[in-house]
Amino acid sequence: MTERAWRNWYLIPYGIWLVLFVVAPIVFLVYESFLDLDGHWTVANYENVLTPIYLKMMAYSFWYAFLITLVSLLIGYPTAYWLTKTRHKQLWLLLLILPMWVNLLLKVYAFLGLLGTYGLANALLQTLGIGARQLLFTDFSFVFVSVYIFIPFMVLPIFNALEELPPSLVDAARDLGASAWTTFRRVVFPLTLGGVKAGCQAVFIPSLSLFMITRLVAGNRVITLGTAIEQHFLVTQNWGMGATIAVVLMIAMAVIVGLTGSGRKEGSR
Amino acid sequence: MHFPLSYVLIRNSEHQEDGGLEVNGEEIIRFERVTKEYDGTVVLDDVSFAMERGKFYTLLGPSGCGKTTILRLIAGFIEPTEGTIYFHGKPIQNVPPNKRQVNTVFQDYALFPHLDVFENVAFGLRVKKMKEADIRQKVSEALRFVNLEGYERRRIQEMSGGQRQRVAIARAIVNEPEVLLLDEPLSALDLKLRTEMQYELRELQRRLGITFIFVTHDQEEALAMSDYIFVLNKGKIQQFGTPKDIYDEPINRFVADFIGESNILSGRMIDDFLVEFAGKRFVCVDRGFAPNEPVDVVIRPEDLELAAPEDGQIVIRVDSLLFRGVHYEICGYDENGNEWLVHSTKKAEVGETVGLRFEPEAIHVMRVEREDEGA
Ligand SMILES: Nc1ncnc2c1ncn2[C@@H]1O[C@H](COP(=O)(O)OP(=O)(O)OP(=O)(O)O)[C@@H](O)[C@H]1O
Ligand SMILES: [Mg+2]
Repeated sequence: MTERAWRNWYLIPYGIWLVLFVVAPIVFLVYESFLDLDGHWTVANYENVLTPIYLKMMAYSFWYAFLITLVSLLIGYPTAYWLTKTRHKQLWLLLLILPMWVNLLLKVYAFLGLLGTYGLANALLQTLGIGARQLLFTDFSFVFVSVYIFIPFMVLPIFNALEELPPSLVDAARDLGASAWTTFRRVVFPLTLGGVKAGCQAVFIPSLSLFMITRLVAGNRVITLGTAIEQHFLVTQNWGMGATIAVVLMIAMAVIVGLTGSGRKEGSR
Repeated sequence: MHFPLSYVLIRNSEHQEDGGLEVNGEEIIRFERVTKEYDGTVVLDDVSFAMERGKFYTLLGPSGCGKTTILRLIAGFIEPTEGTIYFHGKPIQNVPPNKRQVNTVFQDYALFPHLDVFENVAFGLRVKKMKEADIRQKVSEALRFVNLEGYERRRIQEMSGGQRQRVAIARAIVNEPEVLLLDEPLSALDLKLRTEMQYELRELQRRLGITFIFVTHDQEEALAMSDYIFVLNKGKIQQFGTPKDIYDEPINRFVADFIGESNILSGRMIDDFLVEFAGKRFVCVDRGFAPNEPVDVVIRPEDLELAAPEDGQIVIRVDSLLFRGVHYEICGYDENGNEWLVHSTKKAEVGETVGLRFEPEAIHVMRVEREDEGA
């Protein structure tokens, strides 16, 4: 048997997995999105999505996902940069990854305690003389906690891109008269753009469909598409509508990935 | 290569250890007792030298001897652990690399992979905010110099190693720096292009009148191109001088061995102008040694002449013979077992016994290195 044929045999388990857990659910989802509450064929769900309520919800989702991604990037890039310069890279990297091993729900509950009216954050604010205030159930706390959860996904690809950047390129730019800032703008950043794109995708896409953090930290003040899907499936039992939003969300994600490119290719040489 | 022996008849063994602390013209760079350590490992050991504006200097030495380190110190990418570097007589410790009138051709080229050839070369000019029309003109001039016209829009990934090296040269010279640092800029080129570029670089240096500091571990390249050569080994300057000085009067066994092929023998200085090696005494032109001081003796293979055995000052049995185009390379052993290398236009047969003759000027006597200096 040829080597190629063998390779195809190896692909069988993955193929089964792909069909059972990726293709089939998507087919069901699309199928469900064309059914109304009574199980009849309809396009009403899609008409519904285009009403102001859902459009607004969609705009909110994108806005918050954008905010979360932007804040993660603004904090993540300098962090990654600093990480490449430290002596104990592996240790710091481990500390960065460590929180990823803790269950998401646990982390969110921990924040509920920290940000609550009698939590540590308010105690700190009080001793600083600023005074206690409402932290939980605000836009701020929602973005803050989300950034905390997602930031490793931003830092890691950027860190890798920076590590792959030959240090002599930075020397060369400096040698040719570029200041530290110009060197960053014209050499370092363009050459780590692949990592930045990968990081932004890794943060933006899951942020788009958040529901747990929305509910627990933002107290349902922030209604995103993620929350809407959850509500439709679990509370109102309107599976058709839930599926429709999910399909729309998937299309949106596919478009984003398509537009930003696959991220990796351009960064590497 | 052969340098005619028409030089001073009396040599003094009082050589200068450091690389010319005084210059005739305008001094541009000076190292004063510069030491560089990496995590406690000494890479440059108490190096001092001065360089004159508008000259072609070569740093020559084996791999790992600290050549690139010296360039990086001058460019400002690293700081000396000890000592001071002066530029135009002023210390430049606190001047960042982008403020130094120095450009580098990097050993690994360090071209920007996200920019095409034109933009790579234009980088320094754009940083200086030069006018677009001037940039276009200067870049095409620089590309013409390195024979890369028409390659402006090529991506770096689509260039061969030799072409990349030439882009790197163009990118540096287009800025017309006061000092150009070249870290083995010709190593990836084939022999023909290499010779051509050697000639053109030398021409360019004369035309621009700027100081070149050229790194190589190819001694022929160093001898052919330089005004002055620094021979380095293990982080120390072994010898400084013109190519002729270095070739004709190597200061120690290391330099003699590194610069060209030579016969190096252990011997003893009997008195001024009298040296003993290979079991015999010879008249020479060196003096200034202690009586009976142990010395190393160098005789270049091209200074040896074949003669009949009875006329030879040394008699060898030919062991091997190699035709090298211009001359024969003859290798043989004398009765004491010393190996002798001879370059001669005359042929000798393997197994034949021949005599060797040489002038007193051909004998070069060197101090033996102290043990702790190694080499
Ligand atoms: N960043 C560094 N950290 C530790 N050691 C270094 C560093 N850079 C250079 N060295 C050491 O310093 C010594 C001199 O290095 P340098 O690059 O100057 O050699 P070189 O003469 O340019 O050699 P080559 O001809 O191979 O390029 C080497 O032994 C090298 O291992
Ligand atoms: Mg080097």
